[in-house]
Amino acid sequence: MSEITPDLVRHLGVLARIRLSDDEVERLTGQLDVIVDNIAKVSEVATPDVPATSHPIALQNVFRPDEVGQTLTREQALQNAPDAADGRFRVTAILGEEQ
Amino acid sequence: MAAKIMDFDKALELFEPVLGFEVHVELNTKTKMFSDAPNSFGREPNTDLAPVDLGLPGSMPVVNEQAVRYSISLGLALGCEIAQSCRFARKNYFYPDLGKNYQISQYDEPIAYEGQVEVELEDGTLVQVPIERAHMEEDAGKLTHVGGSAGRIQGAEYSLVDYNRAGVPLVEIVTKPIFGAEHNAPQLGAAYVRTIRDIVRALGISDARMERGNIRCDANVSLRPRGQEKLGTRTETKNVNSMRSVERAVRYEIQRQAAILADGGTITQETRHWHEDTGVTSPGRPKSDADDYRYFPEPDLLPVVPSRELVEELRAALPEPPAARRRRLKAEWGFTDLEFQDVANGGVLAEVEQTIAAGTTPAAARKWWTGEIARLANEAGCETSDLVEPTAVAELQKLVDAGTLTDKLARQVLEGMVAGEGTPQQIVDARGLAVVSDDGALIAAIDEALKAQPDVLAKIRDGKVQAAGAVIGAVMKAMRGQADAARVRELVLERASAPEA
Amino acid sequence: MNDITRLTAAELADKLAAGEVSAVEATQAHLDRIAAVDGDVHAFLHVNEHALDAASDIDRRRAAGEQLGPVAGVPLAIKDVLVTTDMPSTSGSRILEGYMSPFDATVVARSRVAGLVPLGKTNMDEFAMGSSTEHSAYGPTHNPWDLERIPGGSGGGSAAAVAAFEAPLALGSDTGGSIRQPAHVTGTVGMKPTYGGVSRYGAIALASSLDQVGPVTRTVLDAGLLHDVIGGHDPHDSTSLTDDWPSFADVAREGARGEVLKGLKVGVITELPDSGFQPGVAESFRASLEILQAHGAEIIEVSAPHFEYGVAAYYLILPAEASSNLAKFDSVRFGMRVDVPGGTVEDVMAATRDAGFGDEVKRRVILGTYALSAGYYDAYYGSAQKVRTLIQQDFTTAFGQVDVIATPSAPTTAFKIGEKIDDPLQMYLNDLTTIPANLAGVPGISIPSGLASDDGLPVGIQFLAPAREDARLYRVGAALEAALVDSWGGPLLGRAPVLGGAR
Ligand SMILES: [Mg+2]
Ligand SMILES: [Zn+2]
Repeated sequence: MSEITPDLVRHLGVLARIRLSDDEVERLTGQLDVIVDNIAKVSEVATPDVPATSHPIALQNVFRPDEVGQTLTREQALQNAPDAADGRFRVTAILGEEQ
Repeated sequence: MAAKIMDFDKALELFEPVLGFEVHVELNTKTKMFSDAPNSFGREPNTDLAPVDLGLPGSMPVVNEQAVRYSISLGLALGCEIAQSCRFARKNYFYPDLGKNYQISQYDEPIAYEGQVEVELEDGTLVQVPIERAHMEEDAGKLTHVGGSAGRIQGAEYSLVDYNRAGVPLVEIVTKPIFGAEHNAPQLGAAYVRTIRDIVRALGISDARMERGNIRCDANVSLRPRGQEKLGTRTETKNVNSMRSVERAVRYEIQRQAAILADGGTITQETRHWHEDTGVTSPGRPKSDADDYRYFPEPDLLPVVPSRELVEELRAALPEPPAARRRRLKAEWGFTDLEFQDVANGGVLAEVEQTIAAGTTPAAARKWWTGEIARLANEAGCETSDLVEPTAVAELQKLVDAGTLTDKLARQVLEGMVAGEGTPQQIVDARGLAVVSDDGALIAAIDEALKAQPDVLAKIRDGKVQAAGAVIGAVMKAMRGQADAARVRELVLERASAPEA
Repeated sequence: MNDITRLTAAELADKLAAGEVSAVEATQAHLDRIAAVDGDVHAFLHVNEHALDAASDIDRRRAAGEQLGPVAGVPLAIKDVLVTTDMPSTSGSRILEGYMSPFDATVVARSRVAGLVPLGKTNMDEFAMGSSTEHSAYGPTHNPWDLERIPGGSGGGSAAAVAAFEAPLALGSDTGGSIRQPAHVTGTVGMKPTYGGVSRYGAIALASSLDQVGPVTRTVLDAGLLHDVIGGHDPHDSTSLTDDWPSFADVAREGARGEVLKGLKVGVITELPDSGFQPGVAESFRASLEILQAHGAEIIEVSAPHFEYGVAAYYLILPAEASSNLAKFDSVRFGMRVDVPGGTVEDVMAATRDAGFGDEVKRRVILGTYALSAGYYDAYYGSAQKVRTLIQQDFTTAFGQVDVIATPSAPTTAFKIGEKIDDPLQMYLNDLTTIPANLAGVPGISIPSGLASDDGLPVGIQFLAPAREDARLYRVGAALEAALVDSWGGPLLGRAPVLGGAR
């Protein structure tokens, strides 16, 4: 059995910035446990001598010349913003009370 | 906030400081690291953006070739190996200044690694700082905190985000642990950052203006009891953005940690913030995801495989290393140790060099840059090198050499230059500051003064030449300072002995 | 029923070029069809209110004597994963409801340049996570063959739109089979190009190293026509290939003559025995192989010992990359925001992502976060990337022996909506045969092979070719298609139930 526990799922929720309800944590713990047991088998054949492939087609040195292109207008940049002020995106306080 | 601190010398008696620095250098490419939006400064918020800088759905990064070249040059200047192949990785963490909530950086395969930089301390001591790696990454946007106390993040009601800086190319230079700095530890921090600044300036790859954040330093400090092998727990003081602050922050951390350790306490491994106003550091907020960035190879970008031809081409174009350059310039200019340190520590090596190249003597160039210009910069609270152009300083000195200006007048002209009033000659003309070299006008003023002070005239005629000072003063005043005092003195003595006086 | 919507894209393009049909007429016919049947099918999330303007512009230009491209005036449905400037782009997610992109995806921009008329945006599993389109935040799409059944996924909307004659052409995206598996269950054609063959710029990323945009059509020739429009190098996508590609439409026309099958070596994979498939699927697959043989092809068994690890590797790589790609949906710059009174921005982000993401998205994001997190990377993500290498090696070995590989496109025919929704693992096995192509970057096409004898639902056969050999798939696909249509006496979709009443 894998090591998925409710505490781990809760921690993953924090890392992934998803507020999980207790119900969700419970459900996900069970589901992920089954899924992880099934996908963990990749390590059976992933021996040290096998190189990892991150890109399906190997390319290298794909560059762009250092030339200015078309930019977004500020209206375009902000057009989907849930909240904006003074030409900038507005968010609620970043930290809670000072600790 | 005031933590207990230990006397610095006492701290050094008990503990050995071990340092480490992470310096971020913003490259001065035309466009961003992964987009063709302008890499600019000070523009209207959110106007220099391409889709990827905002992390818009469907946007994709493309690597700026110039940024790669600059990074290789910097790696070489740091004495590093340039990777045969390297790649980008995603550093995942949520923060509102990060358009994608991951930073494209390099992780296990940096473009440059294993280098060494020679750093010269104020007394001329050379320290070899070992470089672990230099890697390419992108900058984040800028947050402005509104409400609460004075723009501080704590207690702010809300924050505003400007992503113009998001995606500006950075090279992060990470040192290995630096041992043996001892009492010089604080100073070494400042000198190391200065050396990095000198290197990137000489390479021309960064505007290198610390006050604009072009160079930003995180200082790692740990202490270990004398005789202990194991390294102590370190703190990382983030974004210490002037050389003086690096020096102060390192000193403070040594003193703070020493006090805790001496009391039997333990150091918390954490990031800390530097407070310029109070001169102390304070703990950053512990981030729940700080230790787990879930790095993985950036799937939208491909490996960078610098050809050996390119590396050699860039190596051949490297400027002289700062320490070697200092040794050469010191010899060329014939300065004493003290004179040279004045120039070097004032951060005006390049300016003095260019002023000399424009035709002044080393002594005159040094005098301007470490004297009057440094004073004005200090007053204005800016970098000496930002104040005037070396060629203009040379032009000013030429006017002094030609006798057009006295030293005093020249200082007034300099003020005009700093105020942006034009070239030295234009300022002389506009302000009417040239030395009165017409003897006729001087003689008239001298005769007037001698007539007004007959007792002085008598003393001079009696051979008490030093009495002439009073007359010279009066004449200089009448000429509003625009006379050559030596010439006035000559003429005073001449007129005093003239029969009609 | 003999109206414009029944024409293939190639036939319609000919009539448009000949002036027998105007682009406005063609567009109106499809808009009418959408109005008539999409209430049942729900293939579209948004119908383009500017479609007729775009069509009349094409007509005007044609009338003015302008030389237009081969498909100018043909309507096109666009999977909602692709961003568009004139229609919202949601990727099937509540978190992006109403999102308007300031730029067009490259494939969309190229489609516009080619004169294709965007009809609307098609439904999909949220962020393309799924095999049934049941995970759309905007409700499921229904299979035109049986409205109780799933149209496949994630691109069920595009496949259903094409199968229901709501559009002759559609764009899809395929991360683990999302073009090919819907084609299989809807009796249509779906092509996943070689990775990098078509630009991903403007495709809302699911798993960047697996995603590929491609055509969803009713015939192989139509797929080639659309591929010709959207393919080729794009400097906005670093992973885009710079290869010169042939005209896939020309290749398909050539393939339809059938000679390609003579001496063609077709590989079947030992490790995918018939027993792993629904009997009707395996039977249809075998019947297609017999037709290939009858036309001169040679069937050769090849071994791909690591294919069995494909699903596991895929369900590590995909969630890992997705967990990072989906981090941008944080309520700051675009998309939904849930207010949390007195909360910090972290609270707002977490609450927004809780409310804005559906269960499957949360499941995969959490799984991916786990696979990448400290201490697990090597065992999971790192190992999965190694499996990728092994699967590539399997392909290399196999393609040393055969020209193409053939598999059933999916293990079963369309299942009932709701049947597997609570069993993610069962759902993940749908992509068993399609996933290896994404892991290895090779092209794959699914074409209808017939109806399953056990349930009368469509079955597809998948062909795979070496990377960059997309043309081979068009040639072989068109050849088998011609032979099958011949044997059926007409296209398979002619046997689909009539929807919304005959016109
Ligand atoms: Mg750092
Ligand atoms: Zn950094």
